[in-house]
Amino acid sequence: MTTTVAAPAAATPAATEAKVRRGWTQHGLLFVAPFLVIYVVFLVWPTILGLRMSMSSVNIAGTNDNMVGFDNYAEAFADPRMWRSLWNTVVFTVLSTVPLVLLGLGFALLVHHLRFVQWLWRLSFFGPFLLPSAVVSILWLQMIYPPDYGLINGTLGTDFTWLTDPSTAMFSVVLTTVWWTVGFNFLLYLAALQSIPQHLYEAAAIDGASAWDKLRSITLPLLGRTTALIVVLQLLASLKVFDQIYLMTGGGPEDSTRPIIEYAYDMGFTGYRIGYASAVSYILFAIIVIVSLAQLRLFRKRAEGSS
Amino acid sequence: MTKRFSISQLILLVVALALAILWLAPIAWAVATSLKPESETTKIPLEWIGSEITLDSYQLVLGTGGIVKWAINSTITAVITTFLTVLLSAMAAYGFARTQFRGQRALLAIILAGIMVPPQVLIAPLFAEMVALGLVDTWWAIILPQVAAPLIVYVLYKFFQDVPPELEQAAFVDGAGRWRVFFTIVLPLSRPVLAAVSIFTFITTWNNFLWPFLVSTDPNTMTLPVGLANVVQGTFGLRYAQIMASVVLAGLPLLVVFVLFQRQIVRGVAHTGLAGQ
Repeated sequence: MTTTVAAPAAATPAATEAKVRRGWTQHGLLFVAPFLVIYVVFLVWPTILGLRMSMSSVNIAGTNDNMVGFDNYAEAFADPRMWRSLWNTVVFTVLSTVPLVLLGLGFALLVHHLRFVQWLWRLSFFGPFLLPSAVVSILWLQMIYPPDYGLINGTLGTDFTWLTDPSTAMFSVVLTTVWWTVGFNFLLYLAALQSIPQHLYEAAAIDGASAWDKLRSITLPLLGRTTALIVVLQLLASLKVFDQIYLMTGGGPEDSTRPIIEYAYDMGFTGYRIGYASAVSYILFAIIVIVSLAQLRLFRKRAEGSS
Repeated sequence: MTKRFSISQLILLVVALALAILWLAPIAWAVATSLKPESETTKIPLEWIGSEITLDSYQLVLGTGGIVKWAINSTITAVITTFLTVLLSAMAAYGFARTQFRGQRALLAIILAGIMVPPQVLIAPLFAEMVALGLVDTWWAIILPQVAAPLIVYVLYKFFQDVPPELEQAAFVDGAGRWRVFFTIVLPLSRPVLAAVSIFTFITTWNNFLWPFLVSTDPNTMTLPVGLANVVQGTFGLRYAQIMASVVLAGLPLLVVFVLFQRQIVRGVAHTGLAGQ
């Protein structure tokens, strides 16, 4: 994006930069203040409040607000339904991340090498990502998965039980998710492919490299950083899954798809135990922080290793 | 230059076409169903086109349902959220990138740490806060938490850091103040990144479900996804053509936005996604 900026012309960039940076100091906080107010009220404060709630027995009406220390956490760790929902979340994350990364890469490679109607491929593969989760869920639940008149069974003449059988429901939810969200990874890969310098391929062609050689020894290695980024974004997104599962299966059948966010939602907003729900949420929060920090360290090591 | 057309290109084209058809089929099926007479929507074997093509479902949905109201609510909340997010984030990002004040580093660290906080785990405390503030069932309950977007501040902060200060220097020499420089030089200069961030925020806000679902129980303040989910969950004897007409109408605005702003959206996704690097 820096290409839109005109090339600097001044003779002493360091001096001018220092001047621009140092001037008008008293205005600095004013620039930051409006965002900061919203940020503190609607992100920092709820984060602290949630931690407090997770150590209390508060209900949805805000009453019975006794501090119970780590009781909610102890209860959560002993709760088989919490473990089940956490396990479902992990299964969903693993099952969705693999195809979402591989298909995203596959689509991007395909589209990158095609010289025809680029807009059509972009619209086809990225279009579903633009649909609201409610639209996607309703569409697949009502018209794609139903046993007889649904698009898949109706076209193939099968009567596969997609969302109604505990052994297939999670797979079906993953399939919908892959269809819906692969476009995001596809676009990230496409952008990365377009930024690979063309001369690398020309040099390889002179050396007599085949298309496969070029893919293996130029394209894929240079996509390494993008892949690492996509994997972590995908892991973090999948761990937070809620919408499509809540709308398509409601967590069923037999709790086979209920993710941890939905379990927290159920406990808090239909079971009225906000304190316990917060503890469950914060367990997921801890997992997300660990994944983020692990990824951060991995990135750093890689950056050090490559420099 | 390589050849314009070859066997390998032809194979790739066929593969891409097959995949594109597969990927578009669910959307096409929604459109096809919405255009059928209600009595033919669950016919077996499947027929893509019914005995007649009719817009009855659209007429019914637009005439009786709340879909128009919800679309207006979605548009208003998404526009206000996007405007506030981009304006406040850009100001904050500029403050961090170009000015100095006491506690700056600590504040920046606090904001960057916020990137790790998933909004989904804050629903209970945020809801309690909204009840206390009396904001439940108002647009502000939907808007304000989404404006607190540390990731956007970070993206813009990185961008402003890379802008050469010389561009602002000339204006300072002419006697312009910090605010004038920000609004008349920095913001116009940043139009591409602002467009990318705006589009990303708009898409996210328009599609958001869980939070608006929690804070709008009044059909008058519901956004499109929430209203739609309520209709479907509360309907006995589903009318598939009408539901699919609603689905098409709800999905249409962003697809149109995509066709119009393809380049910016591609850049927006690439840029915002890559911000983590």
